[in-house]
Amino acid sequence: MSEQLKVPTMAEMMAEGKQPEILFWVGSAGSYDDRAKKITRAFVKILNKANVDFAVLGTEESNTGDVAKRAGNEFLFQMQAVMNIEVLNAYEVKRIVTCDPHSFNCLKNEYPGLGGNYDVIHHTQFIEELISSGRLTLDGNTYKGKRITFHDPCYLGRANSVYEAPRDVLKKTNATLIEMKRHKGTALCCGAGGAQMFKDAEPGNKEINILRTEDALETQPEIIATGCPYCNTMMTDGVKFKEKEADIKVMDIAELIADA
Amino acid sequence: MEYLPNIIFAVILIAGIGYFANNVKKLIRNIKLGHKVDASDHTSERWKNVVNIALGQSKIVKRPVSGFLHVIVYVGFVIINIEVVEIIIDGLFGTHRIGLSILPESVYGFLIGSFEILAVLVLVSVIIFWIRRNVIKIKRFLSSEMKGWPKSDGNIILYFEVVLMCLFLVMNATDTTFQSMGSGNIISQFIAPWFDGFSAGTLHTIERAAWWFHIIGILIFLNYLYFSKHLHILLAFPNVYYGSVEPKGKFNNLEAVTAEVRLMMDPDADPYAAPAETSEDEVPAKFGASDVMDLTQVQLLNAYTCTECGRCTSACPANLTGKKLSPRKIMMDTRDRLEEVGKNIDLNKGKFVDDGKQLLGDYITNEELWACTTCNACVEECPVSINPLSIIMDMRRYLVMEQSAAPMELNNMMTNIENNGAPWPYNQMDRLNWKDE
Repeated sequence: MSEQLKVPTMAEMMAEGKQPEILFWVGSAGSYDDRAKKITRAFVKILNKANVDFAVLGTEESNTGDVAKRAGNEFLFQMQAVMNIEVLNAYEVKRIVTCDPHSFNCLKNEYPGLGGNYDVIHHTQFIEELISSGRLTLDGNTYKGKRITFHDPCYLGRANSVYEAPRDVLKKTNATLIEMKRHKGTALCCGAGGAQMFKDAEPGNKEINILRTEDALETQPEIIATGCPYCNTMMTDGVKFKEKEADIKVMDIAELIADA
Repeated sequence: MEYLPNIIFAVILIAGIGYFANNVKKLIRNIKLGHKVDASDHTSERWKNVVNIALGQSKIVKRPVSGFLHVIVYVGFVIINIEVVEIIIDGLFGTHRIGLSILPESVYGFLIGSFEILAVLVLVSVIIFWIRRNVIKIKRFLSSEMKGWPKSDGNIILYFEVVLMCLFLVMNATDTTFQSMGSGNIISQFIAPWFDGFSAGTLHTIERAAWWFHIIGILIFLNYLYFSKHLHILLAFPNVYYGSVEPKGKFNNLEAVTAEVRLMMDPDADPYAAPAETSEDEVPAKFGASDVMDLTQVQLLNAYTCTECGRCTSACPANLTGKKLSPRKIMMDTRDRLEEVGKNIDLNKGKFVDDGKQLLGDYITNEELWACTTCNACVEECPVSINPLSIIMDMRRYLVMEQSAAPMELNNMMTNIENNGAPWPYNQMDRLNWKDE
């Protein structure tokens, strides 16, 4: 077991009569997927380091329903949403941060229509906020001069026009940020969106994550950074497919900042 | 007899515009087959989009080469068409270059001179467009959906423009009074010498012929629009106005589903209650879309607006990796099916008679729909705010909610969410285990 993290739950907070500054929505990947759990822990490490007063729902959190919605199952999505909204509203949650752009998009854009109105931000935006308000300081040596390329998650970038926050955070590590040819609005999807993560791809001549990994490899990076657990999986698989895993790491921005 | 040309002109003009108006009526009727959309919100933002994206061409120039050429043809088309006003007045009243008797010679010369320069620029751009389509073989013009009519359509439009521009220049070059004026014939003065040695009468005949063919050509072109992808020159404007003003990631929540979910979650709901009284014609709401009538009016307007440029398809991750999905084909299929439904209505005295066909299956296959990653690259790319993704999503909804036809792995994933609140078969009670791992 690695270092002990402080992870209060909303239930504990409520028992103490406290309302945290922000709710950390962990999401299904962040809760169960082995790779994504490392991102979750890294982000909590940042929250602890910056003394952020936060809480999680823990076992009271359920899937946002986002992936069901993209798969076409609007029923399941709305069932999940209504259930989650009931919990969130009972705790009078005002502000939510999440490491998953899909949860971010769903909570921010699709929950309000069903009665869930919250100020939702992505963890790269929150980290940027922590750094610029001076609550989080980086020593700036770990990644100094390292070649890092950033893969824009579709549901953060195109879907919600958040392009600058992750880049601003990366620049603060003193790394050298190199853009892929397709980036920001023209960034190529990693291949996991729209419920593709959970099924085999239709017949074609290439896997999408391989094509995207090739985009990244063109920049000759030491680190491929991203801000989405699904993108992370797809890019990690792509790097392995290209047999580059010894030279290139795929890291979430939270992981980069936790050590920066 | 003196008024014969005027009468012939008026008849041609009325017939040309009348036939077009008739087709526009059909187009509107077909679009209205879709569900109504409330677009009364964000009025100022919508107008801003029309100014920037449609009038200002802000998205088309993101690809600099084709964007630049398109702006030339667009500006040329709009400005040169000012000349049509003069042609119509001349044609109806038997005047010749009425502009000259209204405007000072220098102003008139400046106008016609600008038209001539633009005509040459348009001509050059159109020729480059033709080369891009037929010689350089740019990938997005070679997709399977671009075989046959769509390919010819693209070329016919270019030929039209070449002919119209040439007629305009020849008309000016053979107009001896205009040439002797020496103002405004910036380009045509170099064409005029080609006709040296022609008698005044022959020159006049050529000038008249060019004049007539020019206006008749414009009317034919106008009427060609309805049968062509080229409708975008008109529909781009309303289409951009009605385009989404929400974040691209926001998919609509189906209201019909919300009603059912509310009922299911309501502890006071009576499970044995008789369904609310409905009139006999009322069909229960269908979840998702299997045919064009299930789509919204905006989606149908999108389909008519698409000019098959294929930027969406060239940015689609599924298409780039050899999958069957092509967002452009989704739009073309929707339009073709809508046209088929429209013709069915024409043949059956204003009522659609079931033809045993639908958009899903007969035009768009499940394989195409399931290849989409919902990444919004197609939506981002479209220079006129078309949203192919929304049609894909509505058809997926039909597949899943009306037909239970999701791929097996997705059904497993959804069962997991239903059972334990996660897409994988993990225990809900283990959700916080990461804390101590």
